[in-house]
Amino acid sequence: MLQGIAFYVMSAVAVVAGLLVVTARNPVHSVLWLILAFFSSAGLFVLLGAEFLAMLLVVVYVGAVAVLFLFVVMMLDVDFVRLREGFASYLPLAAIVAGILLAEMVMISILVAQGGAAADAAAPVVYGADRTNVEAIGRVLYTEYVYLFQAAGIVLLIAMIGAIVLTLRKKPSVRRQDPGAQTNRDRRTSVEIKGVTTGVGVTSEELR
Amino acid sequence: MTPDLLKDLNIAASEGVLALGGLVLLMVGAFVGEKSARLVSVLSVALLVAASAVAATGPLGVAFNGAYVADPLAIYGKVAIYIASAVAVVLGGGWMQRERIARFEYPVLIVLAAVGMGMMVSSGDLISLYVGVELHSLALYVLAAYHRDDLKASEAGLKYFVLGALSSGLLLYGASLIYGFTGSMRFDEIAAYATANPGVGLVFGLVFLICGLAFKVSAAPFHMWTPDVYEGAPTPVVAFFTTAPKLAAMILFARALSEGFMEAHAQWAQVLILISLASFVVGAWGGLAQKDIQRLLAYSSIANIGYAILGIAAGTEAGLQAMIVFMTLYMIDTMGFFAILLSLSRNGRPIRTIADLAGLKNDRPVTAIAITVLSLSVLGMPPLSGFWGKYYVFGAAASAGYWMVAAAGLVASVVAAFYYLRIIKLMWFDAAPDGVARTDKAPVESQWIGWACAAFAFPLVIVGLTWLEPATRIAASGFGAG
Repeated sequence: MLQGIAFYVMSAVAVVAGLLVVTARNPVHSVLWLILAFFSSAGLFVLLGAEFLAMLLVVVYVGAVAVLFLFVVMMLDVDFVRLREGFASYLPLAAIVAGILLAEMVMISILVAQGGAAADAAAPVVYGADRTNVEAIGRVLYTEYVYLFQAAGIVLLIAMIGAIVLTLRKKPSVRRQDPGAQTNRDRRTSVEIKGVTTGVGVTSEELR
Repeated sequence: MTPDLLKDLNIAASEGVLALGGLVLLMVGAFVGEKSARLVSVLSVALLVAASAVAATGPLGVAFNGAYVADPLAIYGKVAIYIASAVAVVLGGGWMQRERIARFEYPVLIVLAAVGMGMMVSSGDLISLYVGVELHSLALYVLAAYHRDDLKASEAGLKYFVLGALSSGLLLYGASLIYGFTGSMRFDEIAAYATANPGVGLVFGLVFLICGLAFKVSAAPFHMWTPDVYEGAPTPVVAFFTTAPKLAAMILFARALSEGFMEAHAQWAQVLILISLASFVVGAWGGLAQKDIQRLLAYSSIANIGYAILGIAAGTEAGLQAMIVFMTLYMIDTMGFFAILLSLSRNGRPIRTIADLAGLKNDRPVTAIAITVLSLSVLGMPPLSGFWGKYYVFGAAASAGYWMVAAAGLVASVVAAFYYLRIIKLMWFDAAPDGVARTDKAPVESQWIGWACAAFAFPLVIVGLTWLEPATRIAASGFGAG
C-alpha cells in the first residue's frame, strides 16, 4: 500500500519533471528540473530494492553530470532563444514521432505484463535479503565481469586521450610550472648576498 | 589469480597484448614527447602484427563466462582487422608528417580502436557487444576530428559523434529489451530462450539492435553521416574507417544474428533485405552526382555494405562465408584506392575531385593503371577481385531463395559502373586542362601500398582465392542454418 503510493508519487514527479526539462524557458530551470527527475528516479530504484543504483544515480548524475550541465549552461555564451527557433514548426512532426514511440512502448509494456520476462523462469537472478546490493555487485564486478570492467576502463581512457588530442594546445607564451626544478633550487642559485654600504643603499643596476 | 582467470586470459591473449601494448605506447609517447610520433608509429605497427600472430596461434574457447569467444570466425576477423589497422597506421603516419600534424596519439588511438574491434568480433554476449562497439567508435570519433584546425574535419568529428551517440542509444535500448524478454545477455542463452518461447517482444528488441548496428556499418537508411564524415575526415583516417571497423561491425552483425536469433531468421531476414536494397539504391544512384572522390567512395561503401548484408540475410553458412570473402576483398580494393589517393597531389595540394584525375596517364602511367584495375575490381568486372566477392554473395543469396534481391544488386552494380568508368575515361582519354601542374613526387609508402593492393585485385587474387576459400570456409563453419 505504502509502496504503491510512493511509486505513483515518485513516478508522477519524474514524468512531470521530465516534461518541464524540455519545456522550461530558462535553461537553468531545465537543469534544476532534471535534478528533480533524477532524484525521483533514484527513489524508484530504492523501491525496486536497488539501493546501490539509487545512490549511484544521485552521486554521479546529480552530483557530477547535472552540476556540469549547470556550469555549461551558465558559462557558455549560448543563445537559447535562437536554439528554440522553429520549435513550433517542428512540433507537429515531433509529436507524431513521439506518439508512435509512446504507442509502441505501451504495446510492449502490455506484452510484458501478459507474460514476458516478468512471468518467466528466465528472469534475472535476484539476490536475497542476506546480501546487500554493494556486496552482490562487488562479488561479480572483479570476477565474472572483470573483462568488461577493464574494457570499460579503456573506453574512459580513450575519452581522456580524445579530449587531450582535440583541445590541448602548446602555447609558447604560457610559462609552465616545473616542480622538479622548483624543488631542486638551493640557496646558491637563487640567493645572492651583496654588501650594502650603510646610508648609500643599492642602485637598481646592482640589484640585477 | 585463480587458474580459471589465467585460462581466460590465455584465450583472450590478443586483446591483452594489444591493450597493454597500447598503454605502454601511450607512456612512451607521453615521456618522449612531441618527437615520438615516428617511433610510436613503428612500434604500434609491430604491436598490431604481433597481436595478430598471437590471435592466430592462440587457443580456441569461450572465456569470461561467455562474454568472450575465440572461434575461427573471431580469429579470421582479428587477423584481418589488425593488419588493416597496421596499414592505416603506416598510411597515416607519413601523411600526418607531411601535413605537420604528426602526433603520437594517432597510432595509439588506432591500437585502442583495434582492441575494441577485436572485442566486437569475439563478443559472446550483449554487454561485450556494446562495450566493443563503444570502445572502437569513441576512438573513431576522435580520429575523424584529428585534424583539429581543419573546419571540415571538426564538423565531420562532431557529426559522427552526435549521430553515433544516437545509434548507441538505439543499440542499448534494443539490448535492454532483449535482456528484459529473455533474462540473459549471452547469445547462446538468448537463442535457447527464443527456441522455447518465440515472441514478438524479442523481435522488437532485435529490430533496435539491427538499426544500431546498421548505423555502424553505414547501411542505408542509416547512412546519412557517411558522405559528410568521409569528405571531412583526414584521408588516411577515412581509409581506416572503410576497412577494419566495417569488417568488425559486419562480423559482429553476423555473429549476433546467427548465434542469438537464428530462430527469428524469417523476421530479421526481411529487415536485412530491406536495408540491403536501400543501400543498393542510395549507394548506386547517390554516387552518380558526386564530384569529390572521398564522397564518391562513401557512396561506394554504402552500396558495397548492401552486398555484404545480403550475404548475412541469406542466413546460411555459405552466406556468411560470402560476406567474409566479400568484405576482405572489398577492404583490399578500398585500401588501395585511398593509398593511391594519398599518393597524388599537385603543387602540394592533394587531389580531391574526380576532375583532377584528368590526363593522369601522362604523369603517372603506373598509378593510372592501378586506379583502373581497382575501379574495374570494385565495379565487379570478372576476373578481378571485386567480381569474386559479388559472385560469392549472389550465389549464396540465390541459393537461399533471394534471387530477386541478387538481381537488384546486379542492376545496382551496373549503375555504379558508370562512375567508375567515368574515372577511367578521365584518366586515359581526357587531356589535363591547360595550366594544371604535374603531379608531385609520390610518397613511397602510400604509392607502394596502392600498387600492391591493385596487384592483389588482379592478378594475385586468383592465387589469393585458393587460400581465402578454405580459410573463410573454416571461419564460417558452424554458423547459420546449415
